[in-house]
Amino acid sequence: MSSNENKDIDEVTGTDTTGHSWDGIKELNNPLPRWWLWCFYMTIVWAIAYTVAYPAWPMVSKATTGLLGYSTRAEVAQDIARFEEANAEISVQLASADLNVLNENPELLRYANSAGAAVFRNNCSQCHGSGAAGAVGYPNLLDDDWLWGGDFENIEYTVRHGIRNEEDWDARWSEMTAYDDIFSNEEVDQVVQYVRLISNQEHDATLAAAGEGLFLDNCAACHGENGMGSRDLGAPNLTDAIWLYGGSVETLEETVRYARFGVMPPWGERLSEAEVKAVTAYVHQLGGGE
Amino acid sequence: MSDTNQSTPAVKGFLAKHGVLERSPTLLFVCSLLVVSVGGIVEIAPLFWLENTIEEVEGVRPYSPLELAGRDVYIREGCYVCHSQMIRPMRDEVERYGHYSLAAESMYDHPFQWGSKRTGPDLARVGGKYSDAWHLDHLIAPRSVVPESIMPGYAYLLDNPVNPEYVADTVSTHRFLGVPYTDEMIEVAAADVMAQVDPDTDSYDDLLERYPGAQIRNFDGEPGVSEMDALIAYLQMLGTLVDFSTFTPDASR
Repeated sequence: MSSNENKDIDEVTGTDTTGHSWDGIKELNNPLPRWWLWCFYMTIVWAIAYTVAYPAWPMVSKATTGLLGYSTRAEVAQDIARFEEANAEISVQLASADLNVLNENPELLRYANSAGAAVFRNNCSQCHGSGAAGAVGYPNLLDDDWLWGGDFENIEYTVRHGIRNEEDWDARWSEMTAYDDIFSNEEVDQVVQYVRLISNQEHDATLAAAGEGLFLDNCAACHGENGMGSRDLGAPNLTDAIWLYGGSVETLEETVRYARFGVMPPWGERLSEAEVKAVTAYVHQLGGGE
Repeated sequence: MSDTNQSTPAVKGFLAKHGVLERSPTLLFVCSLLVVSVGGIVEIAPLFWLENTIEEVEGVRPYSPLELAGRDVYIREGCYVCHSQMIRPMRDEVERYGHYSLAAESMYDHPFQWGSKRTGPDLARVGGKYSDAWHLDHLIAPRSVVPESIMPGYAYLLDNPVNPEYVADTVSTHRFLGVPYTDEMIEVAAADVMAQVDPDTDSYDDLLERYPGAQIRNFDGEPGVSEMDALIAYLQMLGTLVDFSTFTPDASR
């Protein structure tokens, strides 16, 4: 069935047909609404304009760069530069600041503390806790008990170089001996009881008395004759009630036998100069700063 | 039956032939496939030759066998479900995680671990950020170090030994997928697994020559090679291969 007319008007609806006919059934030629059609044409124009303005068409070795010269990398670099520039003055000031007199400059102090808090939350909180109260094996930074010293210089050094890590040659370093192979089981018990004695905990007086000599011969070199520890060696004070790993008999025995080796990564490489200073100031003001 | 429209003889020649397509399912299928593949050809194919998508960056190397074993554990345990490995080029991401990820940094990933969801933080540059002991504590019992964490514990990784022979198989599979492992690397892959957890190993320098920047130490503090060793070795190398103090990103890319 073919139509030889220019217009094949459907009799029932009075509408033009497309000329397609399937087993005698014809297709009405209802045009799309004009507004819809124009919107459609506009999206095509927009798409073409977009590929001209922005990087789009793949060529032989690279894609067309677009008239606007947009690139993700350039944009992020610009964005970072914009904020760095805005903070440049105060960052430079902080990077070279003497933290000991930071209190005299309220504006810088405020900047250091809020920048430091951000750096701390991002980098330090995983070990030291988001509130800086630490965890077993990771020192509490809120108290005034410091392993390596709690004044600005010492905190800054620790932040910058870390502790017992292999990445930084200037990292703070000391290593406790594991006494498992050195002490007999009895001697381990004696030393443990002696540590319980000097830390004012429940202890077996006989064993503790026997442990004193062992302590003085083996442990005192780092922890001091009175067990008060040494900041030069990061050796904890054993006489206070603050424990890094725990003061129970079981934990002390584990410590004596297998030693401890807490590691802190160096942050001098990852953080900017101003960030190191900021986090130092932040940690210092948490409660225990000296 | 006809599909002709006499009123438009000008387009009759070509456009009027659509009846041919419409009457043959096979032809219609083949032609639809051709049309649909245009999108793929235009959007995907150029990625294989455009210079800015195949940027080579100094320092990127194939994973050492132990790292590869750790990566397998990472995938098996579904770490990617909660952790992405893709620092997006945005200021806030760069401030938090470090330099944005480069395509080259995952060029030896089969499959890549970019991920699409961050329940936990991005791990693309987690290497070196925390100590091995922290990773160990955290993987055994995440809440012992991060009380607010909702991550499950993976203490059993300590009890799962890594079979170096299987790792060697994984290495050759990765070569099959296009990672440039040499014959020598595959030959000594099993030995390299054992060597990377032993800081006193005789092949210390050889291992470093094969895999520059590899970290060689007992990661989990226990004798033997456990999946914990492998996973921590993998985590500790993530994002550490490119030296960003010397790398200058080409801004046009």
